[in-house]
Amino acid sequence: MIDLTKKTLCSLVEGIKKKEFTSEEITISFINNSQKGKKLNTYITANFDKALVHAKNFDKKKNFEGLLSGIPIAVKDLFCTKDVKTTAGSKMLNNFIPTYESTVTTNLWKEGAFLLGKLNCDEFAMGSSNETSFFGNVINPYGDKLIPGGSSGGSASALAANLTPTTIGTDTGGSIRQPASFTGTVGLKPTYGRCSRWGIVAFASSLDQAGPMTQNVEDCALLLQAMSSYDPKDSTSVNVKVDSYKKNLTEKIKGLKIGIPKEYRVENMPDEIDSLWKKGIEFLKDAGAIIKDISLPHTKYALPAYYIVAPAEASSNLARYDGVKYGHRSKGNNLIQMYENTRSEGFGDEVKRRILIGTYVLSSGYYDAYYTKAQKVRQLIKKDFDEAFKDIDAVLTPSTPSSAFKVGEKKNDPISMYLNDVFTVPVNLAGLPAISVPAGHDKNKLPLGLQLIGKNFDEQTILNLALAIQKRANFKKEINEWWKS
Amino acid sequence: MNKKIFDYFIKGEKNKWEVIIGLEVHAQVLSKSKLFSSSSTKFGAEPNTQVSLVDSAFPGMLPVINQFCIDQSVKTGLGLKAKINMHSVFDRKNYFYADLPQGYQISQYKYPIVGEGEVILDMPYGTKNVRIERLHLEQDAGKSIHDLDPENTYVDLNRSGVALMEIVSKPDLRSPDEVSAYVKKLRSIMRYLGTCDGNMQEGSLRADVNVSVRKVGDKGFGTRCEIKNVNSIKFMQMAIEYEARRQIDLLEDNKTISQETRLFDTKKNETRSMRSKEDAHDYRYFPDPDLLPLNLHNDLVEKIKKSLPELPDQKKDRFIKDYSLTSYEANVLVSEKEISEYFEEVIKTSDKKLAKNWIMGDLFASLNEKHISISESLVTANKMAELIDSISSGVISGRTAKEVFEIMKETGEDPKKIIENKGLQQKSDPKELEAIVDKIISDNKDKVAQYKSGKDKLFSFFVGQVMKASDGKANPQLANEILKQKLK
Amino acid sequence: MSIDKDTVKHISKLARISLDDKKVDSLSKNLSSIIEFIEKLNELNTEKIVPLTSIIDASLASRKDDVKKENIRDQILKNSPEKNEEFFVVPKVIE
Repeated sequence: MIDLTKKTLCSLVEGIKKKEFTSEEITISFINNSQKGKKLNTYITANFDKALVHAKNFDKKKNFEGLLSGIPIAVKDLFCTKDVKTTAGSKMLNNFIPTYESTVTTNLWKEGAFLLGKLNCDEFAMGSSNETSFFGNVINPYGDKLIPGGSSGGSASALAANLTPTTIGTDTGGSIRQPASFTGTVGLKPTYGRCSRWGIVAFASSLDQAGPMTQNVEDCALLLQAMSSYDPKDSTSVNVKVDSYKKNLTEKIKGLKIGIPKEYRVENMPDEIDSLWKKGIEFLKDAGAIIKDISLPHTKYALPAYYIVAPAEASSNLARYDGVKYGHRSKGNNLIQMYENTRSEGFGDEVKRRILIGTYVLSSGYYDAYYTKAQKVRQLIKKDFDEAFKDIDAVLTPSTPSSAFKVGEKKNDPISMYLNDVFTVPVNLAGLPAISVPAGHDKNKLPLGLQLIGKNFDEQTILNLALAIQKRANFKKEINEWWKS
Repeated sequence: MNKKIFDYFIKGEKNKWEVIIGLEVHAQVLSKSKLFSSSSTKFGAEPNTQVSLVDSAFPGMLPVINQFCIDQSVKTGLGLKAKINMHSVFDRKNYFYADLPQGYQISQYKYPIVGEGEVILDMPYGTKNVRIERLHLEQDAGKSIHDLDPENTYVDLNRSGVALMEIVSKPDLRSPDEVSAYVKKLRSIMRYLGTCDGNMQEGSLRADVNVSVRKVGDKGFGTRCEIKNVNSIKFMQMAIEYEARRQIDLLEDNKTISQETRLFDTKKNETRSMRSKEDAHDYRYFPDPDLLPLNLHNDLVEKIKKSLPELPDQKKDRFIKDYSLTSYEANVLVSEKEISEYFEEVIKTSDKKLAKNWIMGDLFASLNEKHISISESLVTANKMAELIDSISSGVISGRTAKEVFEIMKETGEDPKKIIENKGLQQKSDPKELEAIVDKIISDNKDKVAQYKSGKDKLFSFFVGQVMKASDGKANPQLANEILKQKLK
Repeated sequence: MSIDKDTVKHISKLARISLDDKKVDSLSKNLSSIIEFIEKLNELNTEKIVPLTSIIDASLASRKDDVKKENIRDQILKNSPEKNEEFFVVPKVIE
């Protein structure tokens, strides 16, 4: 009996169409795996009973029209799913059941997929290790003491452990790409405005983007196509045609110019990361790409700028969590006390830190020094990329400055935690698309990813380049499924 | 009382003071749906029945702007002769309150949609220019209801997200009367434009009043206090009077005024500090990242410009010129677009002088009595014209017309029908009147003698007798003429 | 630039988050190091740079003034921790 959980999304979609197996069989396999995967703590809310009903109904009707017909998918618990609890990894929303469905998940269900469950994540998407969730840490399948990355840690871990055939996350400063790198999976952050933000619990409005997290690049292209749409309910949604990313996926990247930014060679960069980067360059050369050295001079200012803009926007976006309309409410003798207690009890430490920083940098007397300054630096970072993209088609960098680290290792040092995102954050500030593709292992056999950054709305090119790397890197997922024992 | 010069000064114990006032008027945009959501804006709905997920700030909800509200703001800006800013930005104004579900209000801070303009007031002492600083679009908050439950506050979000235009004046106003004129003028302009219904009882128009005082002759501005959310002109005036005195008393007592936000207590007729403002608000304005900058096209502004109706000031000038009205009369007749339209409709076919007197007199009195607007009156323009024609053509006298009007205003009947049914036609047949006069003269020989010997005042006695004898229907001019002749 | 305890207390009031003394202490340290980190931006001269107001090079899209006639009061109130049939219910503001 073939293990359906080890199949890629594309092969599952094909297999259902060819009647090699049924949706019910697929769903049961993933439910079983998920139930055995409790040690990874990837699920906040399981939707298994309803998923099974869906699968059975699908098998009766057999509508193969959709891109994802008959596929159960678990999603990051940041997407509002109708009638299914949506917590954003927080105590604040621990009892929140939306009466509406996010646009992105609606798009998935329109393509024939259905909800398998809601996956754990850093609280309100704030974190790089999935250690800030109210529902406990997520563990990386690559080691029982390792973090999977964050904030889409639950998604990455569940994907890597085959608890879900594919998944979607959100990326504000690297929250899809970094956990993808740490778990040997593929993760793509689309161009800002490509996917609708309607119905996604907002963290930092000008940076958030939903994106696919998949076993391989082919799956990624398919899922991206299914997710993307112009949404008039989102004023920051851009009306650009959704390409047939899967159909147009090709390894033929000959002649494409790849930029290697010298500023990404950071101080104390581990040798392994550097050699992986060099390997990536070789892979692309081998595929016919032309390598060019480029400069993105303001790279080192991206993280500080991000840690002004993102908390500022978050401090305002999270003001709605006041205990009045939904979510957690604490007691208080008067309104202000109620607010203060609710938000003190409902939010975890990292969220509080970021709200306070955000409040501070927007406050009277500091706005110009911090917020305006950060927006100016953001302009410079965007200009760096605009300049570079005049001569090149994509940028190649490592995804992360290290492989997955241990639980608790960086928890007490926020800055060291923030440095995880040094390669990913500039991309969000510039609004560009980027993908992380597994390209190798470190000396401890932990996965490492390479990042490709593309031009606005040119997800096709970075998918193609990622495919070229995937074919040459021959990344093998070697995990012993220790969590099943 | 000489009102021809400005004279609103307050005599303190030591000095003579003047009052400096600036107004921030919040005008609800006349639109069917809210500024950033598609919920209805209808007044008077059951609590929380006009509230969407966006209005109540559920997780993941996003704002989408209502084009019509943009148009209405541009239109209002043009009506205020203001600069339209082709580029404007929406900012978040961050603070916490139960009726503010997002924890911020979407407003405009640095780059409002409309810039500087002006409003011209007609005061007894001449025209007064009140400069407008800016107009911006923002969301209204919901309602907190404090008196339905002793322990709790109830929150109704129906109003949350309704579009407001905030019109900020420069501190050019100097008296409660000027404030009244200003608010009325603003209201009139917006009603003409159809951009706000100006209904203060329903909350469509309210103002924050900024008041400071200074000694007459001083040049700088004193510390000002803001009196928030005043929803009637009368209260604005009372609040200003109270606040000015309060500040003057403090200053003359060598105390300082703390810049603060105050409320007008309508029961005690005084302003008091809003103690719930622990620390001054730090609104932490920043551009709303869920929205993009608003860039207007020239085409849109031109289109709206072309669609502007004749505004009160222009109409007033035209009325004075074309209809020989006084400034005061013109002011009254253009104060509401509907009144000006009514007037022009009536004078299409009837006498201007009678028309203006009847409209400004009896008609307005009936509107006040019935608490209705001119468009709700049963005395339509056509019927009014008919009534006036009946007077001009001598069918009835002015006095009889008043009787007819009384019936018209209650029943909406045609004046011609009323006159016919009640046989109210004037007696204008000279022969008939002569006969009446002859009889009166013969019945009152002694009075005739007295009159002829110099008691001129007795003329009115004879007039009265003629009226009595004719059931009031004698044509007064004719009766007078005949009497004069026969009493020579 | 460090963030002292009074500043922490002030911002926490603005953000409506209550903090005990221990938290104020640790946050003062945390936030100070974060501010130190972000002050790296002062190395850059950005006088002539225009701040980015939106990452998307487009103007604000709008919608028509159509009313979505929907009374979804039940839905709106459903998740509220305290409510009655018509209103959200909250503790009184002290006046």
